[in-house]
Amino acid sequence: MKSLEELKAIRERNQGKIGVRSESETQTRVVVGMATCGIASGARPVLTALSDAVQKEALTERISVTSTGCIGLCQYEPIVEVMEPGKEKVTYVKMDPDKAMEVFDLHLKQGQTVAKYTLAAQQL
Amino acid sequence: MYRSHVLVCGGTGCTSSGSQKIRERLEEEIKRNGLEEEVGVVKTGCFGLCALGPIMIVYPEGSFYAMVKEEDIPEIVSEHLLKGRVVKRLLYDETVKANDEILPLQETQFYKKQHRVALRNCGVINPENIEEYIGTRGYEALGTVLTTTKPEDVIKIILDSGLRGRGGAGFPTGLKWKFAAANQADQKYVCCNADEGDPGAFMDRSVLEGDPHVVLEAMAIAGYAIGASQGYIYVRAEYPIAVERLNIAIDQAREYGLLGKNIFDSGFDFDIELRLGAGAFVCGEETALMTSIEGNRGEPRPRPPFPALKGLFQKPTILNNVETLANIPQIILNGADWFASMGTEKSKGTKVFALGGKVKNTGLVEIPMGTTLREIVEEIGGGIPGGKKFKAAQTGGPSGGCIPAEHFDVPIDYDNLIAIGSMMGSGGLIVMDEDTCMVDIAKFFLEFTVDESCGKCTPCRIGTRRMLEILEKITNGQGTMEDLDKLEDLAAHLRSNSLCALGQTAPNPVLSTLRYFKDEYIAHIVDKKCPAGVCKALLSYKIDADKCKGCTLCARTCPNDAITGSVREPHVINQDKCVKCGACMEKCRFGAIYKE
Repeated sequence: MKSLEELKAIRERNQGKIGVRSESETQTRVVVGMATCGIASGARPVLTALSDAVQKEALTERISVTSTGCIGLCQYEPIVEVMEPGKEKVTYVKMDPDKAMEVFDLHLKQGQTVAKYTLAAQQL
Repeated sequence: MYRSHVLVCGGTGCTSSGSQKIRERLEEEIKRNGLEEEVGVVKTGCFGLCALGPIMIVYPEGSFYAMVKEEDIPEIVSEHLLKGRVVKRLLYDETVKANDEILPLQETQFYKKQHRVALRNCGVINPENIEEYIGTRGYEALGTVLTTTKPEDVIKIILDSGLRGRGGAGFPTGLKWKFAAANQADQKYVCCNADEGDPGAFMDRSVLEGDPHVVLEAMAIAGYAIGASQGYIYVRAEYPIAVERLNIAIDQAREYGLLGKNIFDSGFDFDIELRLGAGAFVCGEETALMTSIEGNRGEPRPRPPFPALKGLFQKPTILNNVETLANIPQIILNGADWFASMGTEKSKGTKVFALGGKVKNTGLVEIPMGTTLREIVEEIGGGIPGGKKFKAAQTGGPSGGCIPAEHFDVPIDYDNLIAIGSMMGSGGLIVMDEDTCMVDIAKFFLEFTVDESCGKCTPCRIGTRRMLEILEKITNGQGTMEDLDKLEDLAAHLRSNSLCALGQTAPNPVLSTLRYFKDEYIAHIVDKKCPAGVCKALLSYKIDADKCKGCTLCARTCPNDAITGSVREPHVINQDKCVKCGACMEKCRFGAIYKE
C-alpha cells in the first residue's frame, strides 16, 4: 500500500457491497415482486439489474433493493415498487431490465417518477 | 455482485451450536435453486445474541433468523431468498410484532440500548476478507496518521479522547503511549494482550474472531506513535478460531503492504507476530505476559521498572488490551471529541460486556459507559428467567466483586464500580438470582485463583489457599465467627504483599460478598443453614408425608438406595445414606420432596 488513494479505490469498490448489510428508516426501499408469477414473467433479471446498479454506484446507504412475495396483480408482473420515506408509493409494472434502468436513472437518482411505466398509466 | 447477503455467524458460540453445517447446507440449497450468482453467503464474527445461536441475518431486508436448524434451510432459501417471502415462523420472535409487522433488529430490547464502537464490524463483515474491512473505512486511520499526523499529535488525540484500558485497571491509554514514546531506545515494542482469562469472559475473543484487522491497524498506529517497529499479539491457544483468523489477517495485511516495510510510502516499518499462550491466567498480567513472550516461564516480576521503560526484552514496551485497541482507529477517524462525548465524566466511550449467568439474553453487549446495571440486566438481558429475583451481579471475574440489588441503579463506569467494592475488569458480567449462594460464589472464585496462582510469591501462593480452606470450613458448617475476622486479615495481607495484581485482587470476591451478604456467612456459621440451598453439607432432602402418594418413583431413581417405603405408603429418606444429588426431587411428580 503506497497511498491513501490506493486504499480509497479498494474502499469504494467494497463499500457499496457492505452497505447492503444495513437497515435504516430513511432509506428508499425498492421492492421487486418475486413470487411464482413474478419469476415466471422475468422478475429475476429486473431484481439483479437494480441491485447491481445501486451497489455499483455506491448508493446502498440510501437505497435498499429487496424482493417480496406476490403483490396481487399477477398479470402486471414484473412489478417494482419504490417507497421513499414520507412519499406515496410508486408502482411500476411490466418491468424488464432496460425499463428498470430507466427507473433507476430517472427516479432513484434524479427523483422524477417515470409516469409511463406506472400502474396508474395502465388501462385497468 | 450479489443482490442479497446472508450473514451466518462464525463466532465460537454459534460454531459450537452448528453454524458451519448451516452454512454448508445454505450454499448447497442456494446452488440447487440457481441463486449462486444472486445471493452471497458471508461468514461473520459474533452478532452478540449468543443465547439464540446459530444466528443468520438476511440483508437487505435485515431478517434475523435465530436458532436455525439445518432442516429449515430449504424453506428459507426457496421462500425467502427466491420468492421474497420472509419465513416469519423462524425469525427471532422479538422482531415479529403482534400485528405480524417485522421490527428492525436495532429496535429490539437486546440491541436498542447498545452502541457499537469496538464491535462495529462484528457480525457485519467477513473477517477473513481484508477488502471488506477496507470497505468499512478500514486502514484509513493508519493511512491518515502515517501521511498527515506527527507521532506526538497521535498521542495527543488518544489522550484527549479519554480512552482508558479495557483490560481491567482502566489506566489512561494515551498516558501509557506517552511514557513509552518518551523513552529512547534502539528498539521498542507494541504488545496486544489477548490472553483473556476471566471465567465467562469472551469480549476479546469476539473482536479477534469478528474483526481481526482492527487490532492490527491499531497496533501499527501505536507503533508509529511510540516509535516501535515490531508488535506481538499474545493470544491464548484455547481460541483456535481467533488464532486462525489473526494469521489470515496478518498474511493479508502483509500482502497489501499494510504491514511490513515502508507502509503508505511513509518510511514507517511495522510487523506483527503471534505468540500463543498455554492458558495460564497469570499470563494476562503484563510482566508475566512479556516474560512468556520472551520464552520463559510466565511469572510476573516486580514493578518498577514499568514496561514503558523496561518491558519486553528489556526494551520500552506498551501493552494494550484487544478491546482498547479496537477503539483506536475509530477515535482517529471521528476525533477525540466524538469519543469523549460518550460515557461519563471520567470513563469515556463504550464498554463491551459478556453477559452471562441467570439472564435470558446471554451474549455480548456493548453499551455507553454510565448505563445502569438495571438497564443491562432487565432491558438488554431480558430479565431473569423463571420469575426469580435478582440478587447480585458479578463483574471483574476473580479480581472483581459482587454488585448487590441495592446498587442496581448505579451508572457503570470504572470509578463507580471501585467505589462499591467491585471493578470493571475486562467485562465479564455474571447475573445471579436468589438460588445463588454468595459464600459458594466466593469459594468458586478462590478455587480459581488457588489453581492459577503461579506460586512465585508466598502471600498469593499460601494466602489464597488458607482463605479457601476457611471458606470450605464455612460451607461445610464448621465455621466460626472468628473465621470471618481471619478472612479479612488474610485479605488485607494479600492485598498489600502480593507481587502482582493476581494476588492483590484475589480477596475481592470474598471481601465484597462479606460486605454485602454478611448475613449469609452468619447463617452458614451460626444457624448451620445455606439460605440459597446450595451448600450440600448444610441441607437435607425430606419427604412431605402428606403429599407423598407412595408411587416409588423416587426410590427407584435414588442412586444410593437411600429412599425406602412400600407402595402407596409415604416414603422416607435415610439421611445417613443420602448423597444430596437432588435426583429424587426432580423426579417427584407431586412436589412432595423438599430441601431445607
